Amino acid sequence: MYEIVGKKNLGEGINLYNISAADVALKALPGQFIILRVNKNGERVPITIANSDKNNKTVTILVQTLGKTTHLLSELNVGDSLADVVGPLGIPTEIEKFGTVVCIGGGFGIAAIYPIAKALKEAGNNVISIIGARSKGLLLMEGEMRSASSEVLIATNDGSYGTKGIVTDVLRELIYDKKIQIDRIIAIGPVIMMKAVSDLTREKSIKTMVSLNPIMIDGTGMCGACRVLVDKKTKFACVDGPDFDGHLVDFDNLMNRLKFYKEEEKASYECHMKQHHNG
Amino acid sequence: MDKIADTNEQNSLGNKERLKIKRHGMQCQSPEERRHNFKEVPYGYSSEEAIEEAKRCIQCKRPYCIEGCPVNIDIPAFLKLIEEGDFLGAAKKIKETNSLPAICGRVCPQEDQCEKVCIIGKRKDTPSVAIGNLERFAADYEAKYGDIYVEVNMKKDKKIAVVGGGPAGLTVAGDLCKMGYSVSIFEALHEIGGVLMYGIPEFRLPKEILLRELKVLEDMGVEIFTNEVIGKTITVDELLGERGYSAVFIGTGAGTPKFLNIPGEEFNGVYSANEFLTRVNLMRAYNKSEFDTPIKCGKTLVVFGAGNTAMDAVRTGLRLGYEDARIFYRRSRKEMTARLEEVHHAEEEGIKFEFLINPVRFIGDENHNVTAVECERMELGEPDESGRRRPIPIKGSEFVTNIDAAVIAIGTNVNPIVPSSTPGMNLNKWGYIIADENTGKTTKKGVFAGGDIVTGAATVILAMGAGKKAAVAIDKYLETGIW
Ligand SMILES: Cc1cc2nc3c(=O)[nH]c(=O)nc-3n(C[C@H](O)[C@H](O)[C@H](O)COP(=O)(O)OP(=O)(O)OC[C@H]3O[C@@H](n4cnc5c(N)ncnc54)[C@H](O)[C@@H]3O)c2cc1C
Ligand SMILES: Cc1cc2nc3c(=O)[nH]c(=O)nc-3n(C[C@H](O)[C@H](O)[C@H](O)COP(=O)(O)OP(=O)(O)OC[C@H]3O[C@@H](n4cnc5c(N)ncnc54)[C@H](O)[C@@H]3O)c2cc1C
Ligand code: SF4
Ligand code: SF4
Ligand code: FES
Repeated sequence: MYEIVGKKNLGEGINLYNISAADVALKALPGQFIILRVNKNGERVPITIANSDKNNKTVTILVQTLGKTTHLLSELNVGDSLADVVGPLGIPTEIEKFGTVVCIGGGFGIAAIYPIAKALKEAGNNVISIIGARSKGLLLMEGEMRSASSEVLIATNDGSYGTKGIVTDVLRELIYDKKIQIDRIIAIGPVIMMKAVSDLTREKSIKTMVSLNPIMIDGTGMCGACRVLVDKKTKFACVDGPDFDGHLVDFDNLMNRLKFYKEEEKASYECHMKQHHNG
Repeated sequence: MDKIADTNEQNSLGNKERLKIKRHGMQCQSPEERRHNFKEVPYGYSSEEAIEEAKRCIQCKRPYCIEGCPVNIDIPAFLKLIEEGDFLGAAKKIKETNSLPAICGRVCPQEDQCEKVCIIGKRKDTPSVAIGNLERFAADYEAKYGDIYVEVNMKKDKKIAVVGGGPAGLTVAGDLCKMGYSVSIFEALHEIGGVLMYGIPEFRLPKEILLRELKVLEDMGVEIFTNEVIGKTITVDELLGERGYSAVFIGTGAGTPKFLNIPGEEFNGVYSANEFLTRVNLMRAYNKSEFDTPIKCGKTLVVFGAGNTAMDAVRTGLRLGYEDARIFYRRSRKEMTARLEEVHHAEEEGIKFEFLINPVRFIGDENHNVTAVECERMELGEPDESGRRRPIPIKGSEFVTNIDAAVIAIGTNVNPIVPSSTPGMNLNKWGYIIADENTGKTTKKGVFAGGDIVTGAATVILAMGAGKKAAVAIDKYLETGIW
């Protein structure tokens, strides 16, 4: 049903897939996600929609291979099918003419920020993007990001490309040294990165939206697994989000909740690797 | 007594003899055994037991039991067929009004419905006829030995969309299909069945039974689309518009869990009942060797609440391996809303019940995992709107219980996805869809609704009843074109 019609390895552990999912492709808006299952006994795994193609009825996702499910996915090839794809879920990102918007993407967060940057640019914003990776070779979607932004700033940990450091270093420079007037910031990436960005922009009260990625099951508001604390209130990231005001999010709580099943996930991954890859 | 005496004319067995027969319980797995497995608790009646139990019915001239059943099954008629040994006939009789008897026989709160008003049970020393057990027996017998045969009318050229594959949706779909309509069910999850699939555990309602019923629907020609979140993937307006459906039935349930809103609720190990049960049921986390979704286990589990959901969660916890699984309830035993049989089974299994206890905060460790819960004791005050005495806290009664996990089973709110994406359909103040009780008509032309999304969390049979009425009304609307 949900056939993989395109697959590309983007370097260390990250794959791009084009998946045939007509109803989802017709509806997907920037900021929304799908939930997929690789096979009939698999977990439900949420993944951001990086792009959708209404003509070919496909959605594009970028997935980082982490544990068992993402590993199983990485073993699939063009022509194989996923058991389930449901979406588009979540509330789309607010797209308006804000003025100057900084879009920040780290890791697979770049995939998520790309459609948002594109839509913001089309809405008439001056889009400055900051993307980061460990080193030059691991930087994702630079070309796409350039086409979706008026300016792309790059940070690599080893300094092999752009600024040496992390995305917040670049952002700090924009705010404090270049003193650019920023009307809104959208940051998507590892929780620790979104937290750092929010902490940095809080002082200057620059509106900062983040996209939260708690553990989910159904993605329709039924189970409550994805609950996050925003302004000390319980919110369900799958239906109330995934975008929230970064200045109100309890990131520590999110990080703790993400760790809950670490042992089980590790055991399941190791067991899978032993069975199928001889250790 | 008089009433009972004058109803016996055509019975071969005198009513006196009938009244002497003791109510038959179903044989069950022993509590020690079933604590460690997810297999169904009762084995069901043997044919002999079923016949003997059916003999207890005195075939009332005015059978109150029928009025007690929300879908008005002709109970004396099917009991008589069982007594005569015509089990397939009995199943057929039940199916004239109830398409999911194997499920209702298992999960209906009979003590509040058909069996509550059974005349036999009105007498002091004789418990009512075990109508639910017999219904289950007939349905299981049919599944085992009969051809499940459904008559489908001449095809009609109109198609109907059913949103949500719970008992309300399944009933509408089945009934409309029998009338000859083309029916498509759109379900958000990867499997249909609603609460029957993700909520009620295997040991109470084996998945096999549900799958059997779903297959009947599919064989009849109902189209089932899973992974379709109506309001997101497709809207109700699109179903009525470009997708070409002549009417839409909404049966999306009352699926959003309520939380206690007390400090520490965000700690790891504090679950909503829906999450806990969904992991185990829908995602089959209890079968670790074959399925990937994880669930934790520990020593002590406390479940807050005392409805069917709480009972299912606590007994699931026990089966997962929690040594000490308890119910904490803020009211008293009398106010518990769970089916009597489940409470009884839970107690047999060693679940501890503690009453008049209210949680005030959860306590966690440095990793944010829950380690304890602080509660206060309550006493019962004046009756509230629901007629139940309102619990009030006793000052200075706080105490701390060490726990490894907590499940919150205190009810649900409306899921807003369909209501908020369907303009022109009015909602009540809690956000549930306003629909006519007898027809399921909403305030939006062509859109019908029923089940928990209209009434708030209720029962399987009420959701099915709403589905039945809606099917009739939808047929009428499509035949006449009059809204
Ligand atoms: C809204 C949202 C969008 C996301 N978008 C992307 C994306 O575009 N690309 C991408 O690579 N990843 C994305 N993720 C994260 C992705 O879902 C997890 O990496 C994936 O579930 C890991 O599964 P696993 O079995 O391979 O790893 P596991 O070993 O099971 O888990 C690795 C880590 O992933 C997290 N995780 C595990 N299960 C879930 C779950 N059911 N839901 C969410 N997180 C989980 C936990 O922190 C866990 O420690 C997104 C998550 C959310 C909630
Ligand atoms: C744990 C538990 C135990 C229970 N035990 C009993 C019992 O013993 N006896 C009893 O009589 N009752 C019991 N109940 C209550 C009973 O299950 C419900 O009243 C009944 O299932 C309601 O049926 P429904 O069809 O209205 O909705 P549901 O069963 O809730 O089904 C709704 C379906 O709609 C789907 N859906 C939701 N939103 C969308 C959307 N946007 N698009 C597409 N699909 C959607 C859902 O995924 C679900 O499959 C129990 C409930 C729970 C939670
Ligand atoms: S459907 Fe429920 S209420 Fe009606 S007869 Fe059967 S068990 Fe009783
Ligand atoms: S089940 Fe009870 S109320 Fe119904 S006909 Fe028999 S004896 Fe009468
Ligand atoms: S994932 Fe279940 S409520 Fe959000």
